[in-house]
Amino acid sequence: MFLLAGMTAAIALAMAPASAHGVVEDSFLQPMGPVAAEQSKHLLRVIGITMIVILPVLIGVPLILWRYRYRKPRGAYSPEWEYSEKLEYALWGVPVLIVIVLAGWLWHSTAKLDPYQQLGPDPLQVQAIGLDWKWVFIYPEQGIATVDELAIPVGRPVQLMLTTDTVMQSMLIAPLTGQIYAMPGMSTQLNFSASRAGTAEGENTQFNGSGFGRQKFKVRALDPDEFDRWLDGPDSGLTLDEATYATLRRQSVLADAKSDLGLERSTGPLVMSLGARDVFDRVIGKYHRTGNGENAADAEAWGGIGLPAPAKQESGQ
Amino acid sequence: MSGQSSPTFGNLDWEVTPYTDLLEHVNSSTIIGAGAASVLVLGAFAGIALLTYMRWWKPLFRDWLTSADAKKIGIMYIALALVMMARGIIEGLVMRAHQATALGALDKAETGLVAPDHFAQLFSTHGTIMIFFVAMPLLIGLINFVLPQQLGARDMAFPVLNQVSLGLTAAGAGLVMVSLLIGDFGTGGWTMYPPYTGLDYSPGEGVDYWLWAILISGVGSTLTGMNFAVTIFKSRAPGMHLMRMPLFCWTSLCVAIMLIYAMPALTVSSAMLALDRYAGFHFFTNASGGNMMNYANIFWMFGHPEVYILILPAFGVFSEISSTYSGKRLYGYTSLVIASMSIAVVSFMVWLHHFFTMGQSAGVNIAFGIATMIIGIPTGVKIYDWMATMWRGRVRITAPVVYLVGFFLLFVIGGLSGIILANPSIDYQVHNTTFLVAHFHNVIIPGVLYGMLAGVHYWFPKAFGFRLDESWGRRTALLFVGGFIFTFMPLYVLGLMGLPRRSPTFQDPDFLPWMYIASFGAVLMLAALFCLLWTFWKSYRHRMSLSVPGGDPWNGSSLEWSTPAPVPEWTFASIPKVQARGDWGETKRAGDPWRAPDSYADIEMPANTAHGLIIAGMAFALGFAMVWHIWWLAALSFFAITAALIWRGMRVIEPRIIPARQVEEEDRRFREYVAGATPITRADEESERNRGVPDCSEFAG
Repeated sequence: MFLLAGMTAAIALAMAPASAHGVVEDSFLQPMGPVAAEQSKHLLRVIGITMIVILPVLIGVPLILWRYRYRKPRGAYSPEWEYSEKLEYALWGVPVLIVIVLAGWLWHSTAKLDPYQQLGPDPLQVQAIGLDWKWVFIYPEQGIATVDELAIPVGRPVQLMLTTDTVMQSMLIAPLTGQIYAMPGMSTQLNFSASRAGTAEGENTQFNGSGFGRQKFKVRALDPDEFDRWLDGPDSGLTLDEATYATLRRQSVLADAKSDLGLERSTGPLVMSLGARDVFDRVIGKYHRTGNGENAADAEAWGGIGLPAPAKQESGQ
Repeated sequence: MSGQSSPTFGNLDWEVTPYTDLLEHVNSSTIIGAGAASVLVLGAFAGIALLTYMRWWKPLFRDWLTSADAKKIGIMYIALALVMMARGIIEGLVMRAHQATALGALDKAETGLVAPDHFAQLFSTHGTIMIFFVAMPLLIGLINFVLPQQLGARDMAFPVLNQVSLGLTAAGAGLVMVSLLIGDFGTGGWTMYPPYTGLDYSPGEGVDYWLWAILISGVGSTLTGMNFAVTIFKSRAPGMHLMRMPLFCWTSLCVAIMLIYAMPALTVSSAMLALDRYAGFHFFTNASGGNMMNYANIFWMFGHPEVYILILPAFGVFSEISSTYSGKRLYGYTSLVIASMSIAVVSFMVWLHHFFTMGQSAGVNIAFGIATMIIGIPTGVKIYDWMATMWRGRVRITAPVVYLVGFFLLFVIGGLSGIILANPSIDYQVHNTTFLVAHFHNVIIPGVLYGMLAGVHYWFPKAFGFRLDESWGRRTALLFVGGFIFTFMPLYVLGLMGLPRRSPTFQDPDFLPWMYIASFGAVLMLAALFCLLWTFWKSYRHRMSLSVPGGDPWNGSSLEWSTPAPVPEWTFASIPKVQARGDWGETKRAGDPWRAPDSYADIEMPANTAHGLIIAGMAFALGFAMVWHIWWLAALSFFAITAALIWRGMRVIEPRIIPARQVEEEDRRFREYVAGATPITRADEESERNRGVPDCSEFAG
């Protein structure tokens, strides 16, 4: 029992609003949008239903031990009892029923929360490219690109297309939506929206080398007019063109990449204007050259496809 | 590793040891690396010195390494597992200590006990060791020891093949161990997903160590599966119908079938990755048409059945001990058989739940999610059946029962988190986080580890002739339970808070308290390990007062309790004729169970051979040579293995004959001992009066 209590307490603690410093939210138990809200609701639902089959064990085992212990038995002793038809029906029947109920809910929630399903008309289009150890976000319609910062307007659905230009990664923005793998030469997608303003932490959850633990980014859900101001706001003066991209592709975290680009070394966001609208497609296209075909040169462009070079700047101490 | 490869030494040079790193940078990470290598070297020297000082080389070679006796092979498997487990637990502690000191900032290099790359090697070796070289040898060892005795057989169907399997497993374990001293291990986790582990992103020997350890030990495990299956189908005693077999034999059969069908998938995925790395293939590369999704699919076609390969033998053990220590028949035998078989079959249909997040359609995820939940049904039924077995029984709270109770209470929590993870919509959130790490430890530690340790405690007297100290056994079990709770419950919370698994650093200070609790838990796990070793040592010192020559210390009902303890090489003086399920119990109920057989005959046992040892040595050399690109040695050892197989195949090999007189003499001595001993009731089970001769009138199950 104490285990159960401990676990409930732990979940409650994890669900408690983030403490003073915690302006950045990092759990789906404090959802900022409808997808994560539904996911955390489904979590509690599954725990609740499954308890029906678990509680008998957690309560029954200590009771049986107490009642039937060899030293001081209380109950009857029926050593040859080994079968009861009624009990068999219960032992198999109850789990079957529970699984039927759970399977229904599973079907419902999986279909409803399919990350490929748009949340509404006219979603904001954003593309994400996973690099070693940072994310490049491209707003093709707005003509800007950022590194490790994803700003979205509250209320408008977002369609995020993902790929990587290195090994497989997995993008998770827990307070907004679940994760999906991003793989080189392929694209996957996440659809979500924010229902309240705030800052969430996004991250890669698939280990990809020594900078993995620092591959985090900020997701800022802004009120629509604030989002417009953000779009018009100052940028770094850089343009995401082939040369800039090749530098970003090096194995570095954001701060080191910024010094490689000649900017001040900091974790602040990097906002650039977009050189070409089809950066995302070109990065995917690098992995689809056909031997000596006409697009063979594509593989060498935009930073190439091999092991990324290390950052020029040694990771600062 | 420097650029040039020499024809003699391949890529080996003097800079591959962790001592070079230590000389270049002195910090906690390199000190730990060099320390671990030193422990390995000193441990090896200490072992050699001990064997030499005690003059144990000859007995070791004659009685153990060249023995084809399944019982001895089983014990060697378990010894190997315990050595590897010591390393695995210590690595776990280092990882927990690292994360407790790893709070960092985004613009600062990672801090903490070990460097990120070192941390990555730790979680990779920890996972590889715990799955392939602790859990697998534990269960294969236990099955080897118990299965033939329960079936009424003298040995496995293929005793020498069995020896070869052990040799291949040990060779794989040896490769992982050597990577401590020579070179680095891979950093891709125990699953070694490409393209990260492809040649582009992981040049060097690390991934190759993993590949060859897996390829070599994988062949051993496949052969083991075949051996178990044939033994169960062909070597049962007369009258031992399938539906009379103890549950442990049934779960062994499930394991055998699953090993046969699942292990080849791992061999295939590893061989494909090896071709990518050695021969420039493009199965899983980023470009040129490679696709890592195929790796994930093939790997998990092995990987999911694997977790049930691990858990089912433990379910077999729990079936035996819940009945024996409750003094009661096993409830729902048929149900348990059906449940075990369903688990074995359904486990092949759920592999996709390891990557719900790969981008396939919701429909596919729904199908695999529901299939995953369906496995929960037979698993749940089994737990209820064991509870029903204890209900209206007379339960003795021995060490195995403490493990059993820890299993009950913790495993259902692991089942709950399993059901949670089976929901793709929630899995999207907690996949790849420490929630997942907590989940699989929550099923593997209370399931596999507790089950195997309970089994070791239960059958230990059969192997060595004396019981293990019950008090220390219970303390060990409690420490493993407490250690588990403190280490892994916090990881559930951290996972829900969004901490990815395998994180060398994190930035949220709210994680810290949970990290401290988990580190404390890891200390408890280490204490549990010491407590386990202490239990062995203390019991060994008191082996006279704990000895149970009568051979039936727990008043059991299956065949293995009818023989002396320690059990003789030939196990049964004459092969029993089985009349009923729980035959030994029925014999006790009928009275005069220890009646001598009417006559004795010569017994054929497999002759000792160094075949397995030679293959193991050559396989290790082959793996090591491939890892370091020492091509001449690789070719040489490959041909040596082939030659050894052919040579043995061409020879006529005579079995060893144990003369009827010797069998009769020893058997009579055993029966006289039993006749002269005072039978004890279960009240005296833990006392010195327990000489392995139970009061049969008390047997009621």
